[in-house]
Amino acid sequence: MGDGGGSRQTPPSPDLLFVLDKALAQVPSTVETTRVTPSLVIDQTATGLRQGLRDVWAYRELLYFLTWRDLKVRYRQTALGASWAILQPLTTMVIFSVVFGGLAKLPSDGVPYPLFSFTALLPWNLFAGAVARVTASVVGQANLINKVYFPRVLIPLSGTASALVDFACSFVILLAIMGYYAYLPTWRLIALPGLLLLAMGAALGIGLWFAALNVRYRDVTYVVPFLVQIWLYASPVAYSSRLVTERLGDWGWLYGLNPLAGIVDGFRWAVLGAGAFPAGLVGTSLVTVVVLLLGGWAYFRRTEDSFADIV
Amino acid sequence: MSAIAVRVEGLGKRYDMAPAISSGLLGDELAASIARPWRKARAWFNREAAAADNARTFWALRNLSFELKHGEAVGIIGRNGAGKSTLLKVLSRITKPTEGRAELFGRVGSLLEVGTGFHPELSGRDNVYLNGAILGMHRREIRQRFDEIVAFAEVERFIDTPVKHYSSGMAVRLAFAVAAHLEPEILLVDEVLAVGDTAFQKKCLGKMGDVTREGRTVILVSHDLTSIQMLCRRALRIAHGQVLGFGPVDDEVRAYLDDAKFFARGALDHAIELSPNARLEAFGFAPHVVVSGAAAEFRVKAVVTEAMRFHEIAVLIHDSMNRRIGVLDLRVATGPYAATPDEPLELVAEVRALPLVEGEYRIGLSIRTDEGHAIKYDVVTLDVVSKSEGDVVPYQASVRGVVAFDHSVRRDRSPS
Repeated sequence: MGDGGGSRQTPPSPDLLFVLDKALAQVPSTVETTRVTPSLVIDQTATGLRQGLRDVWAYRELLYFLTWRDLKVRYRQTALGASWAILQPLTTMVIFSVVFGGLAKLPSDGVPYPLFSFTALLPWNLFAGAVARVTASVVGQANLINKVYFPRVLIPLSGTASALVDFACSFVILLAIMGYYAYLPTWRLIALPGLLLLAMGAALGIGLWFAALNVRYRDVTYVVPFLVQIWLYASPVAYSSRLVTERLGDWGWLYGLNPLAGIVDGFRWAVLGAGAFPAGLVGTSLVTVVVLLLGGWAYFRRTEDSFADIV
Repeated sequence: MSAIAVRVEGLGKRYDMAPAISSGLLGDELAASIARPWRKARAWFNREAAAADNARTFWALRNLSFELKHGEAVGIIGRNGAGKSTLLKVLSRITKPTEGRAELFGRVGSLLEVGTGFHPELSGRDNVYLNGAILGMHRREIRQRFDEIVAFAEVERFIDTPVKHYSSGMAVRLAFAVAAHLEPEILLVDEVLAVGDTAFQKKCLGKMGDVTREGRTVILVSHDLTSIQMLCRRALRIAHGQVLGFGPVDDEVRAYLDDAKFFARGALDHAIELSPNARLEAFGFAPHVVVSGAAAEFRVKAVVTEAMRFHEIAVLIHDSMNRRIGVLDLRVATGPYAATPDEPLELVAEVRALPLVEGEYRIGLSIRTDEGHAIKYDVVTLDVVSKSEGDVVPYQASVRGVVAFDHSVRRDRSPS
């Protein structure tokens, strides 16, 4: 016990000190930087719309990684993998064909009913899947939100993006069904990307509201599946939009206030090529989607600052 | 003179306690918002009611100001709830301040947890890319440093295996390796040095030393005062969200330890919130002052307002320099403990002979329930006093380390 009590109260392990002394000995005495304006200012003001968009762009790689993780994990944990994305709309199509096409004999604008309903189920499933995923997304990523900064809107965005992959899988099946009924794709298919964007915009617009509300009120988790189910029957998926628009007469375009009406009708026009482009419905839906998106994003931005304090 | 890296001016963060108390259900919230204007009107006339409303808010940080220069490593010290973690959360933009501002000059990287976003189903390779992106690295940077990261973590052979098959040590090493290769100009670190084995910790400290050497700024929050003293030259001492002192690290650590003498002694004097529905009501050794080498009993009592299971309860024992001395693991082979509002959880751990040298020890706990995991440091203080019997005058406590051996000596006279 010859060294009884050195200069420090508790001598740390000599190995550790060696590493540190070596490292710290080489600290340069001055570090000249000529920055005058801070690269980051933190205060209580919320980020503006333009800054918000710039942040999303700066973090686009993280958006890619979050989506990629979501897809990889989702399909790795299921036995059937990506075939779920196909089985789900196929089953719904069969049920619709039996109940609405076979038993109720709903008119399908002269198109074979299975093809008629499957065409509509594609954008519908994209919408419904994205809304469900986006609603649960922010609460599901509580751990990330509490530990790391990134633009919070990336979470709902990545939820929407991963729903798009399911869409791509079932689109292949649509092509197969079209082949079976000898429907050839036409030049009208070029409208699809635009309609897809519209469907994703609608899902994101609605989802942003729900995702932000869900942080505070978990009731949303129970309300959304119910709401989506009602929405399905309010949209021209199982039936033709003409059933509604004809009853409205000159006010037919009002049906487009349900954005899914315009999107589904647009899809049917692009894929099945029946009649003229439903400009009234699609136009109304476009306006509705833009309003939903702007409102949803504004609400999300207003509440996102408190996410980390609540979840 | 070197340039400013971080400037904090009058920073404040207020938490509204009301949402935590309310059930978070829409109905209740609507009722509350109807009541709000009424409450405000009442506050106008009635000062007492206004004071009660103020009690619902809590300032985690208030009027905090300081400046750091580039290339400086600063430790933040303070008790549990002093605002250390809130400060890092505000600086890393996880939560917004309520007042004041902070200016940061340079790319900020924050490391509040090791392995944020790690997914057990994904391979080591995938997790490196994912975690890197989450920490703010670009794909190109990760690709460039990938081999270095894997070599640093020493997991080359398993890099394409899902992380769920890793040992916990391997997963932590990989996660830390990613973080260690982040190259921000300002690095914010919270309590993450306490991972991995000693050899790996040493490697990480070396890497952190590199960071300051390269002229970068480090803000470090750690409960381990020894590592703060080793890494930092200055320390910021805070309590109740306010700066108590900012100066040479040894001075601030000493001042902190002096303050610490006012900690609760022996037994808990007030209940401690563990999670929304669980509270710690009793925690401590009996007797309050334990004789070195003598038997002691440790008691924990947790009360719940909703039935839940306690998966882990561990009593953490630290010495006066906050080095971890040991852990009393209170788990049993029969599985988690169940507790209900009618039947709280009460545990007694018997230590047959307390093998600690006389001195003051800090007792904390780590507890995992259905509601999550909570770690509380410095819940109570334990005083260990020397045993009076014995013919030999003991060495000074300061040179005896922390372990008191229960031993006897005999002279071996057998011829050699």
